[in-house]
Amino acid sequence: MSTLNDTSAVTAVQVAHLPVSTASTASTASTASTASTVSFRPARPSAEALAALRGHRWYERPRWRRLCALTAVGVLLAVMTGEQGSGADLLFSLRTTFTGTALWAWIAAAVALWAIAEFGAVPRRAVASGARAAAAPLARIRPALDSSPRLRVALVVAGLAAAVLLPLLFDRSTNQVLVDWVGIYVLLALGLNVVIGWAGLLDLGFVAFFAIGSYSTAFWSGQLPVKPPFELNPFLSIPVAMVTCLLAGILLGAPTLRLRGDYLAIVTLGFHEIIYLIAKNAESVTGGSLGVFGIPHFSVDLGPLQYRWGLDPLDYLWLLIGLITVLVLLFRKLVRSKIGRTWEAIREDEVAAAAHGVDTVKYKLMAFAIGASTSGVAGAVYASKVGFINPENFPLLYSVLVLAYVIFGGMGSIPGVLLGAALLAYLPHGLKDVVDQKDRFMYLGALLVVMMIYRPQGLLPARRRRRTVRTREAS
Amino acid sequence: MTLLEFRDYLVPGLALGALYSVIAIGYTLVYGVLKLINFAHSEVFMLGGFGALIVLTEVAPGHPSGLVSVLLVLLGLVVSGLVGAGTAFGLEKVAYRPLRKRNAPALIFLISAIGASFFLYNLAGKLFGRDPKAMPALFDNGVLFHVLGAPVDVVKLLLIVAALAMIVGLDLLVRRTKLGSAIRAVAQDPEAAGLMGVDIDRIVSRTFVIGGVLGGIAGFLFGLNSQVSFTMGFIPGITAFAAAVLGGIGNLRGAMLGGMLLGLVETYNVPLFGEEWRYVAAFAVLVLVLMFRPTGILGAKLGRTA
Repeated sequence: MSTLNDTSAVTAVQVAHLPVSTASTASTASTASTASTVSFRPARPSAEALAALRGHRWYERPRWRRLCALTAVGVLLAVMTGEQGSGADLLFSLRTTFTGTALWAWIAAAVALWAIAEFGAVPRRAVASGARAAAAPLARIRPALDSSPRLRVALVVAGLAAAVLLPLLFDRSTNQVLVDWVGIYVLLALGLNVVIGWAGLLDLGFVAFFAIGSYSTAFWSGQLPVKPPFELNPFLSIPVAMVTCLLAGILLGAPTLRLRGDYLAIVTLGFHEIIYLIAKNAESVTGGSLGVFGIPHFSVDLGPLQYRWGLDPLDYLWLLIGLITVLVLLFRKLVRSKIGRTWEAIREDEVAAAAHGVDTVKYKLMAFAIGASTSGVAGAVYASKVGFINPENFPLLYSVLVLAYVIFGGMGSIPGVLLGAALLAYLPHGLKDVVDQKDRFMYLGALLVVMMIYRPQGLLPARRRRRTVRTREAS
Repeated sequence: MTLLEFRDYLVPGLALGALYSVIAIGYTLVYGVLKLINFAHSEVFMLGGFGALIVLTEVAPGHPSGLVSVLLVLLGLVVSGLVGAGTAFGLEKVAYRPLRKRNAPALIFLISAIGASFFLYNLAGKLFGRDPKAMPALFDNGVLFHVLGAPVDVVKLLLIVAALAMIVGLDLLVRRTKLGSAIRAVAQDPEAAGLMGVDIDRIVSRTFVIGGVLGGIAGFLFGLNSQVSFTMGFIPGITAFAAAVLGGIGNLRGAMLGGMLLGLVETYNVPLFGEEWRYVAAFAVLVLVLMFRPTGILGAKLGRTA
């Protein structure tokens, strides 16, 4: 009886005469005035004037609502940037925030912003024109790049050269960060971009494949409690990790990719937790929470060509840059092929794609497995670089971290993902002294929500995605 | 497992199951009206626990008993319900409504939900400290009576009774009241419901609030049973979602059934496989259900797209 699909409900409501929406009258009024460009009606009155005509009270008018919203944002920011809470006194952080002066500074800033936006026509126009003037060269870059392939190549070569040469100038600890965080996470973000940006699948267990790649490398180097049949050269562990993750991706994806997209999100989340628990609890297999020590560095040993990757992060950085370059070239080819177009069709309308004879499960599985194996490569490099892994290197938070990187840069856009991941992965270390490390995830969560509300296409949106957003907003 | 062990785990299992049912209802209600997994529901649950914890730590005397205990428990229920409702209301307003107005694709909703969930739980961790905290003693938690020889203490009884009361109340609300029929109408066909004069925005908002009240109170009860911490929402949240899917998402009685089943499965997992594998059960069940019967036990019409 109480299922939400009860067929008698709509008629029951009709009898019950629920209060009619006031929003519907408002929307008819606004549609009528939008149509006025062709008829003889006067221009659309402002929201403020409409509210006055309807006899709304002063506190019901949009202007005051905006003031309230901005003040609320100010208070929220004051709370967010307040003191760290203490274990003993629950209200310590809130009390210091609400008795301190910073709160009033935030509120004053919010009110000032509101006043300028509402009443300050002159400064507002100055800011707008200034911003437009500052953004003008930036706005010209994109069309220029879009039209000239030569310019694009030049930019890519310059970027690559900078990425290879600049680290020579940095000190060792910066380079460690560049490898452990920026390089590895750019690689992960590239892989996740295939899954979420191109195929439109929300994978929340992406770092689980990273863990599988790392543990597989540890296994084949003979450092796990379970011994491999023979030990592999660490370099060979990259393709092996890739294949392992590919298989894991197919195993997980095959049953779940048949379902609605949101089920995939929660199943991958659960998958990550299971992998984490196995790494932590199955001590006889994975070494438990103590982790694995002594995973060897990469080395090449082919006759005259001999090289050992050592403790210097630069070697690994260059290796990662090489891997990223190769992957970017491969992925570019891939997304412009039939496969890429099929992914786009599935992402935009899965039912329509299936109706056109596309085997949607097959293509979704392909994207999922490609993403997983990229994650595996990153895992192999990471394990070999740090030489020591434990379950705490792969918490669930990091899966969401990678997701945030991809979305910030722009889903589906390779330059966007590279830039977004590099920026956000470096930011916590750049701001180490300003922002508490533990608050990082709070800001990232807020960033995700704000991005989804105001700029879902990301920092540097993909060309196709830009078009989709425009058409969708227009319809 | 001996019969004796089976008996001893029955009451905790039922209590946990009742709790999961109440949380699962929050998922299934929102899924019914918006076709959206409200990932941040676990944070509604967590903040409900914190709301009750903060107020009760300020108010509760050292060793309450009798009428004072009853009043304190009622206060906890009211506060956690209010905090949960407020959180869910704000969540809908900030994280979902702007996207709904823009007719955004499902992926955008999911990401926004995850972002909101992350923001809320890390904010709570920052504000209230990151170590788990125990609820202050509200009553003397002694054994009340025995069922088939298994002891039933006050907390477990309170959990089961409160959860059952909420479930029955919600069932009545959805079936008998005007608001309930409006919720069902929106779940069934939002466009037709809008044409019949249902204010969809208001109904969606109220659905979130109802789910939030249930989630917040569940947070308080969970805190009484174990502890309150900023990460406490994650596991119950996923388990309750699994329960909602197990019963058939969008189906209220399914959510109740699924919650009970998963509570029992999780509890019996401990004597069978050991404490460290406790939480694997929910995920394993979820994956198995999705593989073999994605519409759940009682069936949902919303399971597949193609």
